[in-house]
Amino acid sequence: MKFVDEFRDPDAAKAVLRAIDALAPNFADRPEGPLQLMEFCGGHTHTIFRYGIEPMLPDWIELVHGPGCPVCVLPMGRVDDCVALAERPNVIFTTFGDAIRVPGSRKSLLQAKAEGADVRMVYSPLDALELARRHPEREVVFFALGFETTMPSTALTVLQAAQEGVENFSLFCNHITTVPTIKAILDSPDMRLDGFLAPGHVCMVVGERPFDFVAERYGKPLVITGFEPLDILQSIWMAVEQLADRRCAVENQYARVVAAHGNPPGLEAIAKVFELRAFFEWRGLGSIDHSGVGMRDAYARFDAEHKFTVPNLRIADPKSCQCGEVLKGSIRPWECKVFGTACTPQTPLGALMVSSEGACAAYHNFGDLQALLARRETQEAVSS
Amino acid sequence: MSSSILAEGTPFARPRRTLHAERITLAHGAGGKAMRDLIEDVFVGTFDNPHLHELDDQARLPLDAIAKGGDQLAFTTDSYVVDPLFFPGGDIGELAITGTVNDLAVSGATPHYLTCGMIIEEGLEVEALRRVVASMKRTADAAGVAIVTGDTKVVHRGAADKLFINTAGVGVIAAGRKLHASTIRPGDVLLVNGALGDHGAAIVDARGEYAMQNTIESDCQPLSGLIETMLNACPDLRCMRDATRGGVATVANEFAQASHTAIRLHERSLPVRDAVRGMCEILGLDPLYLANEGKLMAIAPAAQAQPLLEAMRAHHAGRDSAIVGEVHPAPAGRVILETGFGGDRVLDVLIGDQLPRIC
Repeated sequence: MKFVDEFRDPDAAKAVLRAIDALAPNFADRPEGPLQLMEFCGGHTHTIFRYGIEPMLPDWIELVHGPGCPVCVLPMGRVDDCVALAERPNVIFTTFGDAIRVPGSRKSLLQAKAEGADVRMVYSPLDALELARRHPEREVVFFALGFETTMPSTALTVLQAAQEGVENFSLFCNHITTVPTIKAILDSPDMRLDGFLAPGHVCMVVGERPFDFVAERYGKPLVITGFEPLDILQSIWMAVEQLADRRCAVENQYARVVAAHGNPPGLEAIAKVFELRAFFEWRGLGSIDHSGVGMRDAYARFDAEHKFTVPNLRIADPKSCQCGEVLKGSIRPWECKVFGTACTPQTPLGALMVSSEGACAAYHNFGDLQALLARRETQEAVSS
Repeated sequence: MSSSILAEGTPFARPRRTLHAERITLAHGAGGKAMRDLIEDVFVGTFDNPHLHELDDQARLPLDAIAKGGDQLAFTTDSYVVDPLFFPGGDIGELAITGTVNDLAVSGATPHYLTCGMIIEEGLEVEALRRVVASMKRTADAAGVAIVTGDTKVVHRGAADKLFINTAGVGVIAAGRKLHASTIRPGDVLLVNGALGDHGAAIVDARGEYAMQNTIESDCQPLSGLIETMLNACPDLRCMRDATRGGVATVANEFAQASHTAIRLHERSLPVRDAVRGMCEILGLDPLYLANEGKLMAIAPAAQAQPLLEAMRAHHAGRDSAIVGEVHPAPAGRVILETGFGGDRVLDVLIGDQLPRIC
């Protein structure tokens, strides 16, 4: 396919890998061990595993899979709220596909659907609005989820509903923001990351500048990265080159899509409909200030939390889970005590095993599970 | 072909067109005249063979004719609940025949007889039912099988989705044929008979939920002829499986687990049409897990792979056949995909359905 296959060319990949290898002498005998680069976005994690990029890299580079899957980092209490909304009589609860299997404390949306709740999978919030138009006698709730990438489409849908006066449509708003979260990771005492691959789709909306602080204040290189495998390899090379040159800057590998100033109409729609919440709870990371958005009062009639009563309970993450440490790169996914045993994609205990974009699920699904578990056993034997 | 068995019996007069209703009602399942009209006109009239014409509660099949074909009976059943009933490249009737015929054929059996159980939702247009049944007859004829007995139920509106079909089938396995995944050995190679994922993609497209404008057609086709050709070209063929739900990724995993070997697939060799790849890109799906209805995966000793491939390509159901991977001793029970990008990854089985990703 034109303009797709070019970004998956194995010869081009070999050339980039040779360029990375040429930088190896700069990092020989590093006392801190391999360079750690965090890809923040679940889409990147997916590409890395789908194309087998990790095993292609030299062993002095390690990828850390960050908290960029909005499904993974959704707290269990919010899933319970979804189920409560979906189980209300007369509600059609609409959701993106990958949120439908996420377990709440009692059940997932898929289980609620099996028990009779009207849960429907949609591809876009506009599909949910269309359902509301077609079923004026029902209440249609859209499970709004995702980082800045998906916020503009949700905001524009609300503006459309307001313009048309569609009164039976509302959002259960769980949109989250990237900047406070990266900042929380950088401020963590056990942080040992060397650089970031930044989420290209988020930057397509917000532009380059919101990430300047990573280089300026924390002295870490950050490369805005696209989603094809060659994008990822090239971005790794760009970040490693910065480290080799002892530079740190925000660089844009994804310039074919990301404009420096982002997407002004999208940002305008977001600003009209949403405002920052004081704090938002993340699975695995706890509460992070200003890391989520809620709906402005002017659009309260489209806010499911305002329109209906939701239980809004805080459910603690299971104690055995070490998602937080995995997200910050202080342990690798298979080093978690419950990885692959009590916590599997079929029975996820922790956030990162929930969606296919979660780091643990990716290792579980795409990695050599037996080899990983054997490696953990060896490590445990050595440390005891 | 099973024509020597089917030729027995005497010709019979085709029933008159006795069913005049436009839609199926509960009366058509109630056992009275309406039901008899439905069965005689639509089913017996179309499937049209002496066993069915006797209108008994069972088909009585001559054992000697079956026994001449081999020393094992293959017996299978499957149910078909596809939505929509008609889709580009096929319909539920064609599926109900090909699915069961292919399940028999991949064991090395020659399929002979099928049963047909119909669960019809009250309100289904009779014309739609006639189209489905005509399609079943056409497909059965092409596969050389006869539908010799059946059952009809009509359920209340909402208790089923328009039409569900169950078919069971029997076939005969020639003496000496022992196709089984446990015979797979390191060094063997894997083959597929053409482009993957067409059926799954055609169904996604036909549902019209994503407003895509594709021209993808289902690959629905009986494979019994191709399989006969393959067995003649490669007498030591290890095993075959049709790659229906779960796609080739699932079949490869079943092979690896049953034989305690590792299977290595090469992404660049796996045939996938551009239209299917494009749709999968947009929806975040993987074509290796999409359903097929006319594709099989076979494992053969390396020495016989080339003549086998040539024989497959010479058959109309295997024109785009390809060698797509090979068997290794380790890691046992796992399938490794060598990606087109040059990396390796484990190709596991899915937990549930493939679900579209959010971003």
